[in-house]
Amino acid sequence: MPSKLREEDKILGHYLVPKHRILSLEESVEVLKSLGIKPWQLPRISINDPVVKILGGKPGDIIEIERDSPTAGKYKAYRVVVSY
Amino acid sequence: MSYASAYKEVERYLIDKIHFSLLSPIEIRKMAKVTVVRPEIYEADGSPVSGGVRDPHFGAIEPGERCPVCGNTREDCPGHFGKIDLARPVLLPHLGDKINVILQSTCRNCGRILLPDEKISYYTNIYLKLKEKWPVLAETFADEVAKQSSSVSECPHCGYKQYKLKFIKPFTFYEVRPEGEIRLTPSEIRERLERVQDKDIIVLGVDPKAARPEWMVLTVLPVPPLSVRPSITMENGLRAEDDLTHALVEIVRQNERLKNFLSSNAPESMVEEAWQTLQNVIAAYIDNELPNIYQLSHRGRKQLKTIAQRLKGKEGRLRGNLNGKRVNFSARTVISPDPYISIDEVGVPEEIAKILTLPIVVTPYNIEEARKYVLNGPYNWPGAMFVYKSKQNMKIDLRYQRNYRQLAESLEIGDIVERHLINGDIVLFNRQPSLHRMSIMAHKVRVMPGRTFRLNLLDCAPYNADFDGDEMNLHVPRLEEARSEAEELMLVEKQILSPRYGGPIIGGRQDYISGSYLLTVKTTLLTKEEVSLLMAAANYKGKMPEPAIIKPQPLWTGKQLVSLFLPEGLNFEGRAKINAGELKCDNERCFFDSYDIISNGRLLMGVFDKNAIGAEQPENVLHYITLEYGSDKAREFLDNVFRMFIRMLEIKGFSISLREVEIPKEAKEKINIMVEQAKNEIQEYINDYKEGNLEVIPGRTAEESLELKIIQRLQKLRDDAGKLAISYMDPFNNAFIMARTGARGSDINITQMAAMLGQQTVRGKRISRGFRTRTLPQFKPGDLSPEARGFIISNFRSGLKPYEVFFHAAGGREGLVDTAVKTSQSGYMQRRLINALQDLYISYDGTVRDSVGDIIQFKYGEDGVDPMLTYHGKAVNIDRIIQKAKGE
Repeated sequence: MPSKLREEDKILGHYLVPKHRILSLEESVEVLKSLGIKPWQLPRISINDPVVKILGGKPGDIIEIERDSPTAGKYKAYRVVVSY
Repeated sequence: MSYASAYKEVERYLIDKIHFSLLSPIEIRKMAKVTVVRPEIYEADGSPVSGGVRDPHFGAIEPGERCPVCGNTREDCPGHFGKIDLARPVLLPHLGDKINVILQSTCRNCGRILLPDEKISYYTNIYLKLKEKWPVLAETFADEVAKQSSSVSECPHCGYKQYKLKFIKPFTFYEVRPEGEIRLTPSEIRERLERVQDKDIIVLGVDPKAARPEWMVLTVLPVPPLSVRPSITMENGLRAEDDLTHALVEIVRQNERLKNFLSSNAPESMVEEAWQTLQNVIAAYIDNELPNIYQLSHRGRKQLKTIAQRLKGKEGRLRGNLNGKRVNFSARTVISPDPYISIDEVGVPEEIAKILTLPIVVTPYNIEEARKYVLNGPYNWPGAMFVYKSKQNMKIDLRYQRNYRQLAESLEIGDIVERHLINGDIVLFNRQPSLHRMSIMAHKVRVMPGRTFRLNLLDCAPYNADFDGDEMNLHVPRLEEARSEAEELMLVEKQILSPRYGGPIIGGRQDYISGSYLLTVKTTLLTKEEVSLLMAAANYKGKMPEPAIIKPQPLWTGKQLVSLFLPEGLNFEGRAKINAGELKCDNERCFFDSYDIISNGRLLMGVFDKNAIGAEQPENVLHYITLEYGSDKAREFLDNVFRMFIRMLEIKGFSISLREVEIPKEAKEKINIMVEQAKNEIQEYINDYKEGNLEVIPGRTAEESLELKIIQRLQKLRDDAGKLAISYMDPFNNAFIMARTGARGSDINITQMAAMLGQQTVRGKRISRGFRTRTLPQFKPGDLSPEARGFIISNFRSGLKPYEVFFHAAGGREGLVDTAVKTSQSGYMQRRLINALQDLYISYDGTVRDSVGDIIQFKYGEDGVDPMLTYHGKAVNIDRIIQKAKGE
């Protein structure tokens, strides 16, 4: 039986896909400041990444990914959207 | 001015970055001191041919020779380049792809990029901006632009029609015209590249300031100086030239041949042929392993090692001479065990100690000591090898010195004495493969007679060493800074805990475990003599403890003795290794003494075995001592108490014999009955299968289901037989003790010795190889019974049947092959991993970063915890806190 879920919900609802969130400009500045880095020093995520496509991320956006971590419980990672 | 003094006066800079680009023909001509035109190397009288590849203008390399270019002798002459003027231009191999891209995306007439002007300047702008921040992206962008412009069929600037190019590696270009494919000669390619303008080329990823595209086509070839390709004079006076020289001779020969053809107006086909040969030879000179070229070789078919071959691979310049170098102040020899030295010592043979030296600066405090060393000379330990007189700026080699006394008296403050290694010096000790940081540790020297390095047995675990002929390396750090750094960071005692899994990696193995078990087991009661022996082994200086039993004679328990050495206040609770099977119990109400309780530094209950003192066993007694009382205390414990454990074995005597694995007749009969029963059941499965009545496992074929069922049943048979055999064993059976305490072997090994070997497998399946439908000739074709497919009912004690030996050999061979393959594969995996991770670091803000400061992980390990300081990876261990509180 084909699934009735939309592609979007399939991806976001998958148990291996962690929570993604696009940070607002203020939040982005806050994060960069707390890490003491420039945006290009962040790990990158492609604009063609399925989740980024769904969230509508644009190059330069910073995405917060909240993952389950075996050592720390919850772990927040940040990635900057790039166009390649 | 000599080279050394010139070096001092030269202004020195730190290298910030290295920029690679192409050499321009003008530069090549400028730096060339000689033009090579003759393929001969030597004249008939043995002197080098002028204008040949050994022309003296390439620089002085013979002793006493003066360089005709710079006037220096061979010590000071840096060597000079020459050149070969090529009769016709030739492509540089390796750059074919770049040439292809530029030719495709530029006009074949006017050399402009095949895009309108505004687009070119727009893209150039984007490219330059990208290059600053996202260099990787800039390259991708340039590729994209090239793709776009190469698909244009008419030049927007001059309106010329464009053709597709066909590029056949390594250096053949065809233009696909309507009338057919025309080969482009290097001359034509060069002309086209010349027409490309500087302002255009940027957008294709070429920096015109660094290199013009036409430089990718050689018109003049630089010839390296002689010092790059020295010849070797053999004993019989014959000269052997370097491979590069041979390759150059070949280039000159082909070049001259082409020149002749050109000047004699030879037919076009011959010129063409000579030109392509020259192209090929030059490509081989640069890289003799390019695909689709004729490789240059010696007469004896051996390939020439040309430029690329010098640099490439494990023995190449980069991996063999720059990343890895041979070092001085090091030694290597066989290792042998010595339980009587400390774990942070290493026994160094006197012969080696007399060669390895350490510089000590003479001060008012050590001048007498320094004099003693000098007085002893270079051949008596502890002596000295060299003396540097600082005032006279002189180095004196004691080997060529007669009067040691005079020299010793002339020592002044500030002189430097290179003395022999002495006890207590810090050295680095290493065993390959160096897979983790514990593979190189700092030890303190202990000079000994003999010719082997001596190593405490407890250090075997981190080095993964044994004494079946293993060799190890020793290095002497010479500067004060290096020595103290090694002592503070790399000393063995600082490496007891492994950062790999947060537990001790140094600890007891084998006899240490058997010994500690025998010492601490309930039944052990020791007489005064025995206690004295044990205490002496452990270097105990305190008072004799109160005996546990007074009448009829004073007797001590092993637990009492161990308790003497446990740090005060230590509390511990946990299961011993023997706490399994029939000796299982879950709390302190343990009848079998298999639950360890230490309260305030006293072993109240339980035995010490692998779970208490074993190596690579996290959360054991040793771990807690190291973590909570410091590595110094742990080292003391390891040095003293562990010596007591082996002394215990020496007192008791410990060995195994055939009797150890013999089981009574009754047990044998029971096993035979079990075997019969299993065979019958399996025969039933086979019958079912043949009739088609076998229950098939979903997703498997009938054959697979049958195999699975049989294997399962046979596994159960062996387990049952093993259990039965072990149940008949005396608890003080030495083989049994070793298996249960974790000292050596396991229940399976005992089963195989006493009961049955069990199923032999090849590739995870029952053995089915050999003849077409049977494994060995004595079986009927298609026999699926256990014996015919490699199940061994015999045991090692009674011996194997002849056909069983074959099956056992087949299984054993697979094991050997597996280990050989596994080590090479995991070795390569390790190399790749290390290369990828080597320059990551944990910065002071807790993030993991790479060499340019980009973030890899926002917090090390996602929780920022150093596993070395944890309880088996957990930063906080609640159980341990409760244990501690309970013990108080």
